Amino acid sequence: MTHMDRYIISAGRPEAAPGVERHDVKAVNRQDDRPLYAGRQKVYPKLAHGRYRAVKWLVMAATLGIYYALPWLRWHRGPDLPGQAVLLDVAHNRFFFFFLEIWPQEFYFVTGLLVLAALVLFLVTSAAGRVWCGYTCPQTVWTDLMITVERFWQGDRNARIRLDKASWGPVKLLKKGMTHLSWLAIGLATGGALVFYFRDAPTLAGELLAGSAPAIAYLFLGIFTLTTYLLGGIAREQVCIYMCPWPRIQGAMIDHETLLVSYRTHRGEPRGPHKKGQPWEGRGDCIDCTACVAVCPTGIDIRDGSQLECIQCALCIDACNDIMGKIGRPRGLIAYDTIAGQEAAAKGSAAPLQLVRARTLLYAGLIGLVGAIMLVALINRTTLEINVLRDRNPPYVLLSDGGVRNGYTVKILNKLHEPREFSLDVRGLAQARLAIVGMDAGAAIRVTTDDLRELRVLVTVPAAELAKLESAGTSFALVVRDLASGQATTRTTQFQKPASVNGRSP
Amino acid sequence: MKKREIDDVTGVETTGHEWDGVKELNKPLPKWWLFTFYATIVWAVGYWIVYPAWPTFTGYTTGVLGYSQRATVADELKAAQAAQGQLRDLLEKTPLDQIRTSPDLLRFAMAGGAAAFQTNCGPCHGRGAQGFTGYPNLNDDDWLWGGSIADIHKTISFGIRSDQKDARISQMPRYGLDKLIDDGQINDAAEFVLSLTGKSTDPAAVAKGRTVFADQCASCHGPDGKGKQDQGAPDLADEIWLYGGSRQAVIESIRTGRGGMMPAWAGRLDPVTIKSLAVYVHSLGGGK
Repeated sequence: MTHMDRYIISAGRPEAAPGVERHDVKAVNRQDDRPLYAGRQKVYPKLAHGRYRAVKWLVMAATLGIYYALPWLRWHRGPDLPGQAVLLDVAHNRFFFFFLEIWPQEFYFVTGLLVLAALVLFLVTSAAGRVWCGYTCPQTVWTDLMITVERFWQGDRNARIRLDKASWGPVKLLKKGMTHLSWLAIGLATGGALVFYFRDAPTLAGELLAGSAPAIAYLFLGIFTLTTYLLGGIAREQVCIYMCPWPRIQGAMIDHETLLVSYRTHRGEPRGPHKKGQPWEGRGDCIDCTACVAVCPTGIDIRDGSQLECIQCALCIDACNDIMGKIGRPRGLIAYDTIAGQEAAAKGSAAPLQLVRARTLLYAGLIGLVGAIMLVALINRTTLEINVLRDRNPPYVLLSDGGVRNGYTVKILNKLHEPREFSLDVRGLAQARLAIVGMDAGAAIRVTTDDLRELRVLVTVPAAELAKLESAGTSFALVVRDLASGQATTRTTQFQKPASVNGRSP
Repeated sequence: MKKREIDDVTGVETTGHEWDGVKELNKPLPKWWLFTFYATIVWAVGYWIVYPAWPTFTGYTTGVLGYSQRATVADELKAAQAAQGQLRDLLEKTPLDQIRTSPDLLRFAMAGGAAAFQTNCGPCHGRGAQGFTGYPNLNDDDWLWGGSIADIHKTISFGIRSDQKDARISQMPRYGLDKLIDDGQINDAAEFVLSLTGKSTDPAAVAKGRTVFADQCASCHGPDGKGKQDQGAPDLADEIWLYGGSRQAVIESIRTGRGGMMPAWAGRLDPVTIKSLAVYVHSLGGGK
């Protein structure tokens, strides 16, 4: 029925009163027809036991261990530099990463790392689905940790459901209170670990305890305590289902050959309870025990097929294998399988796993390419950077004796962890005189540890030599020589002269 | 109460909204999302009350906090000046010729001078201090009134031919306009001046011009035409010409007389800024 139909009075419709037609229309915005919100159905994940649960414990220990411990790892760089292995030194515009030290203008290293991480993510997703979501995503890891804590204080699934239904009393208050306190403590530790990445960890830890740390440290500590508590403790699967864009994107990377946590329909259906002594012929292996649903942290039924809400944590595989073992059926009713594999199995054949295919080759190739580019850039990273900026205004200065002078800004970056001394010379410009504003002629240019020095350099060509310069702009080189190692670095720039001086060609 | 309509394909209830036969499924928002949305609305109302928000006919609602970006900038400027306080005091106390010896002070003075130059001096001397006809280039090594840092400081402070009592003052006669010498003599003097830089083509005129120059010009520009900085008389024997070095331009200068005007900056800029400007101009490359 379209909108227009509602306003056409046709014969034979019931009357509300004599002469008044009763319209066949529904108040679409009526409250009871359209709730404004859907209340969250709380998920009570049951503890699973098995191979994938063990892997998840290990991954959790490893990722959390790295996150919490990394700021405390020391790395000796010399007396003037921070001794922290991984440090985002925002105050001094440096990013220290073990042997690598990134200046702001070298941020492409970080960009490259992120591109590489994204490509690895693409490759893994196209090969084995949402491995990132299921095992290593911080949201998954922290949620898992929060659920573990919850389970410790309140018991497993059934106990938690009972506790939620029970009326409030001292026991419930204690169990709930301890759970939330533990979550806040985990949040505090998480936020605390985060700020250590931005400032020397032992120093900051002392400052935080003494109450003398910078306000921004407390602010971020507070923000991350709160967000960890909210996202990991309270919001949990809602983050994955409603907030995260990644589940929407990765549909583009998954195909028929991708390993996904799958319920093998052809083997499980028709499902139903199995009575003792009943034959298994003519029915599926699924006994509809819903163990797979009980352990699911996002509250879905894997038997409905691949779905956006499934983070593919593989806990349902553990739960189902457990049951299959108990009823004496083969394991793997729920397993990592491809869509192609399932389709083949349904027809009674088998489809071999195809890990090497166009999509994975493309991602692997891109990883190799970006990795190679990064490696070359890293190997060729210079410890000395020189930038020469020619004065644009004025392009040249005519001196009283008829000579011409050009001005340059020369920046010398010393990326070594010790002070260095340099000399600066002109090459390829006959009779040119070089002067550095504020420095005596011939004095060594000292650049302190891990620092930049900006020099104003004046190059003068005497009147007699000007005529020998062929064109208005002449290329020449500024040579920066490391006085200790003798290593020379040259930068080519231009020397400009006027087309004519007081009516004569100079 | 009408029965709820269930979509056959998805099994989801519809809202009853329909467009050309396509029905909208009822996919309600999560509760937390909705309340976050409401919270932002409440926040916005609070924002209107606390911060400037709505335009009125003559201005805008100022908000109970009285916040304004203008005031914030003013506070930040004040804080920045306070942060500079130590260096500003030091710069004020340090004699001009001593500033170069302290790298920190030099850098501070250069930065302040560069900024002040763009605002106050750039309009006449150019943003690169490159100068224009009649406005000297400050990058070169030719100075009308002296290129030492003290000379530069005095020029900036009191100006040239300004109404300040300590201003640098000199006056070049208008030889042609006031008919002090005739056109032939002007031409001869110009030829002599051009000969100082080897540009004359008329030896006879040069010989006559030598006498005119000695009588009329040498008292200020010196017998050899090298100028006198205490009188602001330019060096005529070098390659730098404030009003042009062509024959026509030199004749015009003698005929009409020259003498630019520069305002005094003492009283308009604070002493620290003037000192910074002197350091900056001195550093441009031609400082003596």
